[in-house]
Amino acid sequence: MGRITLDKVRKAFGDVEVIPPLDLTIEDGEFVVFVGPSGCGKSTLLRLIAGLEDVSGGEIRIDGQDATMVPPAKRGLAMVFQSYALYPHMSVRKNIAFPLRMAGLDAAEQERRVKAAADVLNLTDYLDRRPGQLSGGQRQRVAIGRAIVREPAAFLFDEPLSNLDAALRVGMRLEISELHKRLKTTMIYVTHDQVEAMTMADKIVVLRAGHIEQVGSPLELYRAPRNLFVAGFIGSPKMNLIGGAIAKQHDAATIGIRPEHISVSPEAGDWKGRVGVSEHLGSDTFFHVTCEGIGEPVTVRVGGEVDLSYGQTVWLTPDANQLHRFDDKGLRIA
Amino acid sequence: MATQHSRSAARLMMAPAVILLLGWMLVPLTMTLWFSFTRYLPMRGDSIERGLEWVGFENYVRFIGSSSFWPSVQATLMIVGGVLLITVVLGVLLAILLDQPMWGQGIVRILVIAPFFVMPTVSALVWKNMMMDPVNGMFSYIWRFFGADPVSWLSDASVPSIILIVSWQWLPFATLILLTAIQSLDSEQLEAAEMDGAPVLARFWFIVLPHLGRAITIVILIQTIFLLSIFAEIFVTTGGSFGTRTLTYLIFQRVVDSQNIGLGSAGGVYAIILANIVAIFLMRIVGKNLDR
Repeated sequence: MGRITLDKVRKAFGDVEVIPPLDLTIEDGEFVVFVGPSGCGKSTLLRLIAGLEDVSGGEIRIDGQDATMVPPAKRGLAMVFQSYALYPHMSVRKNIAFPLRMAGLDAAEQERRVKAAADVLNLTDYLDRRPGQLSGGQRQRVAIGRAIVREPAAFLFDEPLSNLDAALRVGMRLEISELHKRLKTTMIYVTHDQVEAMTMADKIVVLRAGHIEQVGSPLELYRAPRNLFVAGFIGSPKMNLIGGAIAKQHDAATIGIRPEHISVSPEAGDWKGRVGVSEHLGSDTFFHVTCEGIGEPVTVRVGGEVDLSYGQTVWLTPDANQLHRFDDKGLRIA
Repeated sequence: MATQHSRSAARLMMAPAVILLLGWMLVPLTMTLWFSFTRYLPMRGDSIERGLEWVGFENYVRFIGSSSFWPSVQATLMIVGGVLLITVVLGVLLAILLDQPMWGQGIVRILVIAPFFVMPTVSALVWKNMMMDPVNGMFSYIWRFFGADPVSWLSDASVPSIILIVSWQWLPFATLILLTAIQSLDSEQLEAAEMDGAPVLARFWFIVLPHLGRAITIVILIQTIFLLSIFAEIFVTTGGSFGTRTLTYLIFQRVVDSQNIGLGSAGGVYAIILANIVAIFLMRIVGKNLDR
């Protein structure tokens, strides 16, 4: 079981309030991702849940029990750190067994659980090596192994993939998702990468300056961002946000349209513009089009390979059903 | 071609330094070796100009056969071992203490280093006259305050006293090296251990101490090299009596007090051998520790 409830949790360092009172419920077995730009308080929030930082106010409940003042070791949570935080002078086996040893389990039981974890994580061949002799991905797996042997109520991940190269990151992303499907344990995952959030989460919590901007499933956030910040943060490439006269036509202060919801035509359409830089990815092509009456270049995403030359005049037509409207406070107009 | 030229040029340019260092080391070493095989008593009129009488291993046999040889080796090892134990244990504890964020950290750190800058002779004099003196010393006041009889430290507890003085001098060195080592410990490791259920002492034993292993071996190695040759502290305080005559001090007495340069030189060669045995032993431990 791992249902975590935050009730008006507040954190201040001296006079600086990093996290204003905040409410959040994480259901048992959920994969929750905290996402936001750097300095938004997402790591601090995770450390509050872990117990590595003391809350300045409010209450943290784990499975209904008040855990606000419970020391980290007694909360039944396991954490995977950004730097992996492996113990460099211990072999992989000893690293993974460390929490079991601290819990006073007998040697046979320790060995059994380490074996089981190593099997799950493909670490069996590396058990006698030291962390220094492993690659980044393997170290990451050892860190996860050290977390899973404890059979915790919930896993906490603090930007675990940010030290890996791009190819490994995609692989580890899948492995962590896979692990979650298999263990069905609550996982809280902190990242600044919205792609990780979109691909892994059951529920995304978008944070900015300690505030929760929106909570929802990845597709809810994609389809109906509650405000301009979420609209700009979720989705890649970013949503085009257009103000001025064009927004007025739609009775809004700002309108948003995702690059994939704009069609391009060389002959006719709503907005006339000139093609700037184009990025060819093979599966998709991104065009940056400078349109009349729109300040910033509009990003357009077209499936497959489309050839439009630099400086060519094109016409863009946004899909009216996929248009997001925001009022002058940046909030979504339903 | 170019590399060969620059290599020989480099050798040429390094030569003065190398020759100077070699001479600095080799001349005294050779002279000590030579004297140790001769009868050299300046008071009896022996001198290098008139030629020294070659006596083979006689000096070596006499030095080791003397009743003060083994006690002096014992005293040396006791003092070195005692100082190492105190400085390493207290050094680790002080380093942990100084690593904690506190008010006035910078000043406290400088104060901790201060004893290292005091000359050995001066610090020994200060300890002898201001702290350990049985009549006017600080300790005697404290003892009397509690109604106890003052201890005459340097005669009744001479070896522990010397160990105390030398430890006081070397503690800053150990603390400083261990402090820098402790500062390089990744705080996430400690947090991970905390999450893993390790209480404070377990975190110290399983995380901090292994992390300090390398620094501790370096402290032991460097201190041993210097501690084997401590002299001023003994000369100023006990003058080698009350069981504080170390090997270094014995050699000094043979050469200066007894004016027997041949015998003293043989003792010096023994000291070189002893230092090398310790050094090889230590290098192996350090090498093992540094490999990781």
